[in-house]
Amino acid sequence: MSSWPAETKYISKSTPRIDAPAKLTGQARYASDIQADGWLYGMILRSKWPAAKILSVNLDKARQVPGIKAAITVKDFPQTIRFYGEEIAAVAGTSKQACLDALRAIEVQAEPRNDFVVNEDDARKENAPQVWDSRPNVSPGRSREQGTVDQAFTECAAVIEGSYSTAVQIHHPMETHGSTVSWTDEGVTAWASTQGISAVRDGMAGALELDHSQVRVITEFMGGGFGAKQSAGIEGVLAARLSREARAPVRLMLTRFDNSLAVGNRPSSFQKIKIGALADGTLHAFEMNAYGTPGINGGANIPAPYIYRIPNTRVNQSTVLVNAGPSCAFRAPDHPPASFGMESAMDDLAVKLGMDPLEFRLKNDSNEIRQREYKLGAEKFGWKEKYQKPGSSAGPVKTGIGCAGAAWPAGGASRRTQGDAQINPDGSIEFRLGVQDIGTGTKTVIAVVAAEMLGLKPEQITVKTGDTNYPPGPTSGGSTTCASISPTVYDICANALQQLQTQGGIADARGDNWFAACKKLGVTPLVVHGQWQQGLSSSPAYGVQFAEVAVDTETGLVTVKKVVAVHDCGLIIDKLTTESQINGGVIMGMGYALYEERVMDDLSGVVLNPNFETYKLAGIADVPEIEIVLINMPERGVIGIGEPATVPTAAAIGNAVANAIGARVGSLPITPAKILAALGKVPPFTASKS
Amino acid sequence: MKNTEPEKFGAHSRRTFLKSLGTVAATAATAQVQSVAAELEKANAEKTAGPGAVPVTLTVDGKNLKLMLEPRVTLLDALRNYAGYTGAKEGCDRATCGACTVLLDGLPIYSCQKLAIEAQGVEITTVEGLATGSKLSPVQQAFLDADALMCGYCTPGFVMSVTALLKKNPHPNADDVKHACAGNTCRCGTHPRILQAALKAAGVETAGKTEVIDYV
Repeated sequence: MSSWPAETKYISKSTPRIDAPAKLTGQARYASDIQADGWLYGMILRSKWPAAKILSVNLDKARQVPGIKAAITVKDFPQTIRFYGEEIAAVAGTSKQACLDALRAIEVQAEPRNDFVVNEDDARKENAPQVWDSRPNVSPGRSREQGTVDQAFTECAAVIEGSYSTAVQIHHPMETHGSTVSWTDEGVTAWASTQGISAVRDGMAGALELDHSQVRVITEFMGGGFGAKQSAGIEGVLAARLSREARAPVRLMLTRFDNSLAVGNRPSSFQKIKIGALADGTLHAFEMNAYGTPGINGGANIPAPYIYRIPNTRVNQSTVLVNAGPSCAFRAPDHPPASFGMESAMDDLAVKLGMDPLEFRLKNDSNEIRQREYKLGAEKFGWKEKYQKPGSSAGPVKTGIGCAGAAWPAGGASRRTQGDAQINPDGSIEFRLGVQDIGTGTKTVIAVVAAEMLGLKPEQITVKTGDTNYPPGPTSGGSTTCASISPTVYDICANALQQLQTQGGIADARGDNWFAACKKLGVTPLVVHGQWQQGLSSSPAYGVQFAEVAVDTETGLVTVKKVVAVHDCGLIIDKLTTESQINGGVIMGMGYALYEERVMDDLSGVVLNPNFETYKLAGIADVPEIEIVLINMPERGVIGIGEPATVPTAAAIGNAVANAIGARVGSLPITPAKILAALGKVPPFTASKS
Repeated sequence: MKNTEPEKFGAHSRRTFLKSLGTVAATAATAQVQSVAAELEKANAEKTAGPGAVPVTLTVDGKNLKLMLEPRVTLLDALRNYAGYTGAKEGCDRATCGACTVLLDGLPIYSCQKLAIEAQGVEITTVEGLATGSKLSPVQQAFLDADALMCGYCTPGFVMSVTALLKKNPHPNADDVKHACAGNTCRCGTHPRILQAALKAAGVETAGKTEVIDYV
């Protein structure tokens, strides 16, 4: 079986990302930068009603707007609208201004309906308006029972009950969703801002009734996805249809407003948890009743009791549909809410037991890697020196600490990943993989692995990705990309070395022999193929994080001072990009903890914060000192890190806040209003849910 | 109920003022206002640009660009979609993300909030104008070394904000950098590395705190 080299020159070292110069000088062309000859702008008309029947749409006046080349409706009529922001029509024209004018000229005849519901609690009521005629709002989710739960609670020395909730979070990649699509007689070419070029090709071909071979998807650069850009999307299909009608390429990028409404989110969660432990601190009984909303479609299940094994466990979950945009995969789907609920309950129970929350975890977390991570992290963080009883920090600005654990069990690799390399007689080499770099450093990973295996420098490796004309690669989801492509590149290199030996007779073509070996190819370049190989990657990934916060008890402001993130990701390919992923996970988790929430208006059904001035992301001044500890386990092979790094952050911060003020804020985001309410300084906070 | 009619509180409300002028004076005043308005309209008509495309000259990275733009076209739209300068990115088009940051006579601005016609006669610097040939500017090089970028979409904006800061203050501290970048948003979470890169470009080395520990 294949194995990674023990001594390395580039693997596990720091190589700056190879496409940094292009990104830093503005030369990188993102989907939104593509300007194909004769391109047109595309824009979408969205519903201003959360529920309505669209009787007809008249596009005549829109078509007469100067510069407008195409106008289409999304569906046939009558169209049933189920959420604010649902797509109704689209236009394409020679300028943004022409499109804006045309959207205003579209005449929509509709019957708005008042029987909509955007709040989970209202949607669960017996006579609630139904989001779908064909099914109830509430559907049973993942539920299970083991042991004798009711009796077990009576055997516990300490039992707590708590309510923990998490808000709907929006992905908000900096580049909005969208693409430039050109439909000609030869077929469709789409320059898409996507995490999955193959998925977009297949989805678009399906929607447009074309052969897969007639659709080519190109994604040289894209501006972030976080799970939301894994399919062609309605906007991609609309761009293609507009292109067909206009007979010109159409660039249809969503606005930030559009991006807030209709292209995915992380479902909310409302978790009622009862948990008990025996006198020695052993977890003994657990019960959770939970629900959440994914919007009009999707599921809201979470794993419970998350990373712990409790002999007596009862879990009841349900999914509640509301009139809001549908959810989709979001960086470690289901895990951050699960971690927040369970790890909050763990700390509340530790307090009741009079135990140090870290000791309590070490007693109950059976995972060996996390055990080691907790011990290492506690030392780096100074847990023992910093830990105080909840609320015992002196003065109006109270400090507190907390910790939480994570697992990312999905992960793994896409075993069908393939790639080619063309080796030219002059020694230049180009790798071609049908994978996309979503900002994680995929191109750099290819260069690092290739340089290591061939004895070259990363800058000698030309990397071509993001094109469905290259051999198929994985969708970048589930933290699988690095573990999919690294073994593939390993295999391509192994095959290349073997062929160079066969063709040129040089036993080892690596390093100093490289150019001589390539010269022996004569005039014909060598093209070698490779595919994912067993034994070079694995899963799952484990991690723990520690957070230190300062809470101003007069204003309610929470400042995160420090986070120590301890993660295992097997064999590290590039240390620099690995660290960046962990920074990113922590910062996104911090936003989830303190700032981010989609706010819906119960009465009008609209999203109240569909842009960045009201949907708050962490800024540079909010970001704490982040200390990263990587557990080096090369024998496990390559393991993705993008998702596990964001899982425990919100829980660790929430626990640190509770430790600081001596009261639990069980609802994310932990806003100043909720802090003051928990301290009894203002009336209880009633947030708009969802 | 308390009467809040202005008459009750003094003699100088708008209504009593007009009354005191008397009918004749009011008519004369109105006529005068109308004639002023007409004059203004005439004067403005000569100066009004658009609504169709008008010639606009922009000085971008030292080059003069002559464009035909509707007056409502923003500087960002003009740069990206009429002049091919796609380095500045559109993240929100409403002054909340900073991906479109360019320099106007050295000062960082949101190019999505400036009309192109207003940006004439000043030096516009974009991220494309910083490197000298293939040699990155010190700020760009520091970003590369520190891996202060991931997807890279917000990166041009941050690079411009840091570039403007260092021009104004060659020796910033961490708080100065945070202040200068307060108007830029990043979703990948590059912030700690941007801080590190900005300080490095100013000659201050700060170590990223990472430790790799072998599993035993």
